Amino acid sequence: MSDVVISARSVGKTFGSGADKVTALDSVSVDIFQNEFFTMLGPSGCGKTTLLRLIGGFEQATSGQILLEGKALNDLPPFKRPINTVFQSYALFPHLTVKQNITFGLEMQGTSRKQADGRAEEMLELVRLEEYGDRVPSQLSGGQQQRIALARALAPAPKVLLLDEPLSALDLKLRKEMQVELKRLQTETGITFVFVTHDQEEALAMSDRIAVMKSGEILQIGAPREIYEAPTHRFVADFIGDSNFLVGELVDGGAGERAVKLAGGSVIALSQDVSDQRKGPVTVSVRPERLGLIAGNDANADQLTGTVSTVIYFGTDTTYQIDLGNDARLTVRMQNGAGAKADFAEGDRVAITMSPDAVRVLAD
Amino acid sequence: MKVDASNPLWRFRGITSTAMFFFAYLYLPIVVLIALSFNENRLATIWTGFTMDWYVTALSNDDMLRAAQNSIVVAISATVLATIAATLAAMGMSRGRFKGEAGVSAMLVLPLLVPEIVTAIATLLFFVALGIKLGLLTVIIAHTVFCIPFAYLPIRARLEGMDPALVEAANDLYANDWKAFRRVTLPLLWPGILSGAMLSFIISLDDFVISYFVGGAGATTLPIYIFGMIRIGITPEVNAVSAMMLIVSIVFVSISFMIDRIRY
Repeated sequence: MSDVVISARSVGKTFGSGADKVTALDSVSVDIFQNEFFTMLGPSGCGKTTLLRLIGGFEQATSGQILLEGKALNDLPPFKRPINTVFQSYALFPHLTVKQNITFGLEMQGTSRKQADGRAEEMLELVRLEEYGDRVPSQLSGGQQQRIALARALAPAPKVLLLDEPLSALDLKLRKEMQVELKRLQTETGITFVFVTHDQEEALAMSDRIAVMKSGEILQIGAPREIYEAPTHRFVADFIGDSNFLVGELVDGGAGERAVKLAGGSVIALSQDVSDQRKGPVTVSVRPERLGLIAGNDANADQLTGTVSTVIYFGTDTTYQIDLGNDARLTVRMQNGAGAKADFAEGDRVAITMSPDAVRVLAD
Repeated sequence: MKVDASNPLWRFRGITSTAMFFFAYLYLPIVVLIALSFNENRLATIWTGFTMDWYVTALSNDDMLRAAQNSIVVAISATVLATIAATLAAMGMSRGRFKGEAGVSAMLVLPLLVPEIVTAIATLLFFVALGIKLGLLTVIIAHTVFCIPFAYLPIRARLEGMDPALVEAANDLYANDWKAFRRVTLPLLWPGILSGAMLSFIISLDDFVISYFVGGAGATTLPIYIFGMIRIGITPEVNAVSAMMLIVSIVFVSISFMIDRIRY
């Protein structure tokens, strides 16, 4: 997984001009590797679809370069790029049968009819719709159309498959099924998938790596676990899963480690390697499920304490809202189960426990 | 008739008689015209008995046949030219947005609103100014102009309803722009193009005012010929010719509507 397939170098894209000028991408650089399931995740307008369309050749970059296996793609039209796309609307050709849809790309490449038909059979088998070759798209359900769109895009064996929010039109159950299906297809074909979504769960479930985007920039690139457990930006921590944010000051924690001193005086130990150069106010994030609660009177002086303001029971777990005073609040999520610790009620004084590796210092 | 209580108009008691009066007003003259085309009597207004003779007379009238032939030549030529122009215009208007798009869009359909007599006189003066001899050619040119908006509207509607991702998908699957047009856009556009062509054909076939002004001697089209017949006197032959034109119109307009309803 070390060969770079797609490489974006300082890619910028603006739409319009003058007063109407909109910057969709602001000098984005990223390497996407061979046989990788790479996801671009972000809210609408973050530039993820623009980057995808630049890779596909549907838009031209305003600045920077996109390389495919080291060769610049810049001026190549979509029909000269060995890259195929699964469109958000599927864009199946309504006047052609399923089979004709699948063989379209092969035929345009000059593959013989016989070979193309064989490949279509193969693709239909891959997406498990062997019986549907002679139907037309309007006779298929949304999920089936989705699979045919995949089969059509995979048939010419592209170097990279681009997927533009392909699951957004499906209902929840089907979406979950297709997530598993997509992952399986990627593994079976060995083709690099570049997937665009605004759904963080989808991104976590399928991706090898995720690039989190905001306002035309990539904030963080990493494996799902890394993105979730070690977010670098407040936006990332907030967009993916739930997070608590605390504001404090970087201080020396002793034994070469650093620590964060909160406004209330309590000190949080860090295991993260934070540069000695960095001083002053910082924001830290910590996931609700990484926090623990103990009775307030068991606390030592440095520990963070507060009052339980709300208790919400969710079945598998219980969520506690803790009022820390000074308008600061924390959410703690504790699993319910055989080994579950003590219950707390609204109004209880509690102290919060957290392991140093659960705390992340965020970039500004 | 089932009464739909949700529509307040249905509560109006006279609705049935009003509707019947309305339809009679629309269609009675035409029904009478067709009925009298089967009238034995030379005087079109007095019924004496049933006959098909007037159709035979009409179809063996060389002048009438020549006029019909002129009409068809003009209609086919104008339809082909107008449909090609309209398709190109619709394609151009659908790709991307540009400054003054609304203005261009309005200009394309403006001929529908200009009084026909104005267009007719303007076109006539234009041909005279350029020194072009009036004849079938001038009629074809003039017809092409007013047929364009009729062909343009259904084609444009088709294009608007087309997912722009379809062309992108074709491009993505290694079809260059021409192949994408031929293999994807054109097949999906066909119903609109055909429907537009049918409408153009009928509009051209029925036109009187413009043909009358810009057609010189020898360029007599069927409506002009019928007009000439009436000036001599109304015989059931006129009715027979009119009835035949009506049938051709109905057939073409019906086909146009049916094609336009094709959905993928």
